Amino acid sequence: MKLAFYPGCSLESSAKEYGDSTLLVARSLGIDLEEIPDWICCGSTPAHMSSKLLSVTLSAYNLIAARKIGAEAVVVSCASCYSRLKSANHEIRSDASVRAKVEKALGATYDGSIKVMHMLELVNKQIEEKGLEEKIRRRLKGLKVASYYGCLLVRPPEVMDFDDPEDPQMLDRLVEALGAEPVEWRYKVECCGAALAFSQSEIVLKLGGEILEDAKESGADLVLVACPLCHSNLDLRQRNIEKYTGLDLELPILYFTQLLGLALGYSAGKLGLGKHMISPIPVLKKRGIQA
Amino acid sequence: MSDRRATSPFFLQEIEEASGQKVRVCYQCGKCSAGCPVAYAMDLLPSQVLRLVQLGLKDEVLSSTTIWLCASCETCSTRCPREIEIVKVMDALRQRARREGYATHAREVPIFVRTFLRNIERFGRIYEAALVGSYNLSSGHLTKDFDKAPLMLLKRKLALLPPRVSGVGEVRKLFKRVEEIEEQ
Repeated sequence: MKLAFYPGCSLESSAKEYGDSTLLVARSLGIDLEEIPDWICCGSTPAHMSSKLLSVTLSAYNLIAARKIGAEAVVVSCASCYSRLKSANHEIRSDASVRAKVEKALGATYDGSIKVMHMLELVNKQIEEKGLEEKIRRRLKGLKVASYYGCLLVRPPEVMDFDDPEDPQMLDRLVEALGAEPVEWRYKVECCGAALAFSQSEIVLKLGGEILEDAKESGADLVLVACPLCHSNLDLRQRNIEKYTGLDLELPILYFTQLLGLALGYSAGKLGLGKHMISPIPVLKKRGIQA
Repeated sequence: MSDRRATSPFFLQEIEEASGQKVRVCYQCGKCSAGCPVAYAMDLLPSQVLRLVQLGLKDEVLSSTTIWLCASCETCSTRCPREIEIVKVMDALRQRARREGYATHAREVPIFVRTFLRNIERFGRIYEAALVGSYNLSSGHLTKDFDKAPLMLLKRKLALLPPRVSGVGEVRKLFKRVEEIEEQ
């Protein structure tokens, strides 16, 4: 099955390390990804807030571009892009009038049939089918990880059809497969407020504070994410969160592709671990993991 | 005592049509409000918004902060026993509020939304540096998030140059065509 890759805007700028580590681990696992030529922004939350037609049209433009290179599925690492592309397919398939308007705007036909997959789904498939044992070069034994799914990967369940929306397991299964230890905690699917990050920063600091406080209390060494917006709220704004809440957090936030990359033997530099505001190196050292 | 608030008799029907959601079936269990992460900051709870829509109390709904503070996290939609996708209702309300020029105390949110979409229209992909700059100018929060720029630049997490998308002309046309279709 030919797979197209849709990086999305964040993976080219503020979440460059997520894009780079996605491609690195894909190569290691033998997953061939071809970037969609000249992809455009999916419109994210602002597009659907303003116009359903605009939102679905921007996503469908990219899905058609993926079909043009002969892909049967589009792989996405950003949870927000993933949600938009998948919702667009859902709208086009379930509402003929939406489909007609979108096709008119695009001047092309599209039936909503190209598959949209999150990179985490592909990784989980590999774990189920072949296991990761043979590929693991670095054991992550003793490392305690809080898996944070946030909103858009799992909700709404009728559209995303991704995992249990209240207690998803895909990240936790990966953590276990890498020899690390998933912690039980309460905030794995709570919202970090990403859509309000610029416009209502205080809300985001409060929500982020609650999420990180719970992760810390659960004994986690780090928080694992699958979304660049979650990452930016929890890492880039962590110092602001500490100031706002008075909490002492110092909790590294890693993309699941970075943790997987570490286990596959890549160096901290290759995985962009130095790009985070809160460095994971001290905590890795504490657990005897040389990155 | 009678309630003198003006009701709009067609408001419920119009919002149901625009959102594709049956707002009338809400029976006020309050699950949406209980699970909403932003409810504490809203002037109306999500369940109250639904009730006011049922009653046709348009002005109160469209001038609320709630419709703008809703973060689209979909927790309410996931848990609603009446299967109302509340985010879609919120989208319909936000669009209506903007079209009819309702003011809100959460004014920064619609400003950000507009700035974000203009950024896509202009560059094809989000150009973060320009996004922050034009949002700060439009909202009046001039130095917001500037504290993060030096470290982000140092760590090469902030692109100085705009993204290059060869289909950017096509994107502008798309925005235009969407607008035309919606006006019809």
